[in-house]
Amino acid sequence: MTTLVYDGTFEGLLTCVFEIYERKLLHVKIQKGEWLSKALFEEVIQVITDEKRAGRVLQGLQEKLSAGGMQRLYAAHLAGMDDEDIMLIGYIRYVFDSKKNVEEDYGNKYVLRLAEIIRMVRREKHRMEAFIRFQKLQDGIFYAAIEPDFNVLPLVGKHFKNRYADQKWIIYDMRRNYGLYYDLHHIEYITLDFATSRPDNVISSYTEDEGLYQNLWKNYFKSVNIPARKNTKLHMRHVPKRYWKFLTEKI
Amino acid sequence: MIEERIIEKLNILADAAKYDVSCSSSGSKRKNENKGLGNASNGICHTYTEDGRCVSLLKILLTNHCIFDCAYCVSRSSNDIKRAAFTVQEVVDITINFYRRNYIEGLFLSSGIFKDADFTMERLVRVAKKLRTEHKFNGYIHLKSIPGASDELMREAGLYADRLSVNLEIPTEAGLKLLAPEKNRKDMIQPMGFLKNEIILRKEEKALFKKAPIFAPAGQSTQMIVGATPETDVQVLQTANHFYKNFNLKRVYYSGYVPVLSDKRLPALHTSVPMVRENRLYQADWLMRFYGFKVNEIVNDTNPHLDLDIDPKLSWGLRNLEVFPIDINKADLQLILRVPGIGLQSAHKIVSARQFGKLNWDQLKKIGVALNRAKYFITCNSSRFERRDLTATNIKQFILSQSHSKFLKNATTQLNLF
Repeated sequence: MTTLVYDGTFEGLLTCVFEIYERKLLHVKIQKGEWLSKALFEEVIQVITDEKRAGRVLQGLQEKLSAGGMQRLYAAHLAGMDDEDIMLIGYIRYVFDSKKNVEEDYGNKYVLRLAEIIRMVRREKHRMEAFIRFQKLQDGIFYAAIEPDFNVLPLVGKHFKNRYADQKWIIYDMRRNYGLYYDLHHIEYITLDFATSRPDNVISSYTEDEGLYQNLWKNYFKSVNIPARKNTKLHMRHVPKRYWKFLTEKI
Repeated sequence: MIEERIIEKLNILADAAKYDVSCSSSGSKRKNENKGLGNASNGICHTYTEDGRCVSLLKILLTNHCIFDCAYCVSRSSNDIKRAAFTVQEVVDITINFYRRNYIEGLFLSSGIFKDADFTMERLVRVAKKLRTEHKFNGYIHLKSIPGASDELMREAGLYADRLSVNLEIPTEAGLKLLAPEKNRKDMIQPMGFLKNEIILRKEEKALFKKAPIFAPAGQSTQMIVGATPETDVQVLQTANHFYKNFNLKRVYYSGYVPVLSDKRLPALHTSVPMVRENRLYQADWLMRFYGFKVNEIVNDTNPHLDLDIDPKLSWGLRNLEVFPIDINKADLQLILRVPGIGLQSAHKIVSARQFGKLNWDQLKKIGVALNRAKYFITCNSSRFERRDLTATNIKQFILSQSHSKFLKNATTQLNLF
């Protein structure tokens, strides 16, 4: 068993694949970031991301996978789920070891797992598109804070850019501490310094009518409920509790 | 204070609109091409009410003043309730501000009938027009088409709205006569027919001229209240089928009657809402639209009601055991779709995956097949399969004894030994 340690980037992961084939490794473990274990007799390779090597693997993948399949693999890695890198490596190896395109071979455990990961990522992305609540600030920017389960912020930018083409907005991932800022033309990645104020509390810089519309929305949410049909279980399944703290109607 | 008044109005007019179950915001393809506000594409549920229904649109009445006195409706003229009316500008402001904060996908505007049909329809159209032209709003707009309004107004409505709908309310003409004697089914169907033809016409035009305006791109829908009058499920589903076929409806909604009024023509107050029946009707509706079932395969004169204990596909499967078992590795997609416990996604995955090798139970389970139901109807790449010659009753009992359906009326709690 060999452990490969890499920097967490997609290029890094592809470089790992290169190493695996070059060294003809059979059983591997994958770890992001620093090597911490002090166990004896462990074989560890510190993989240094190499654009050329990663590029060759990428090219190989592109020959074997459709454009959509490539995107799904990238999105699955981007999501940053714990312990899934080994499944992704398994998937890539299965792709290389098969003669034809295996994207739809759902009988294979790696293909099926990738489909599951993608389903989870898509659902989280969709939830963000649904649950993001903008608050209008005095400088006219609409601000929203989120804490998605997976790293899906890069995936939602396009949706919000298309939709809110005529308003400036910021969507900030508090867990991963970075955000998107749209300035009416382009989307930029930003990090904010919250040394002085809490980022999920921007009430002090609301516009005048922000309170009114939040209030109207809360009232609307209450009014559309039909008590005779109460179904708390279903409600909780659709809107899990961990999202409530950013939902205007649930605060 | 103005703020308090507007909140009160919103409460009254949202409350009165909530029995209209449609909250769909999908099926349109309106893009944000003018650097304006919003787009309408796939539909997003921005939140869910405590009864578990999707909240996608700002669903309100323009007013709950109404000249009609329909027994099933909270806003009926003889009901002693608070009345309110929004101005066109108020609706526009709330819609835009909700939309900008990502609360909603758009507006679903309906109204009680004040004065007459044209007067009411004209107001609805004015809201939509203002949103589209003055605010460059490309979000979703669903307008009610008011029976009896002029063709001219209907046409204008179609130019601004994504979806239009007229509610049939009661599945049969006789039921409607009983509960809403002032309403006439013909008047309700007339605008549907007009819009259907107009939509076809505009589509052809659009195919020829790219610049031609889009007309009600998300089509038409309707709603029927079930459980207010004693219709059977055959009657309900045949009516639905008729409108899908002849009026190209995108959706028919089934709304379990919520007793809000005491009237001797209606179920008593505190009667429970027929939620299971409603759910089964939707399942049957899906079978008709996506699974290739004909309405008389699901319900017919010998089986006029949907089985409340089990889903309609399982019900059909048990009545047609001679069709099964089918071999999952060989059967056509159409046949796989008919297996109880296999949904659209699993069926497609199966057909894709089996090109790479024959599938076994374990793989089917991982793909997402509900084996507890499907196992009685299929064989796969395994020597293990149900060999007993089971009757439909046996199978139903086995399935029910294992399932923890949320709908089982008397959930028997069995004691665990350990």
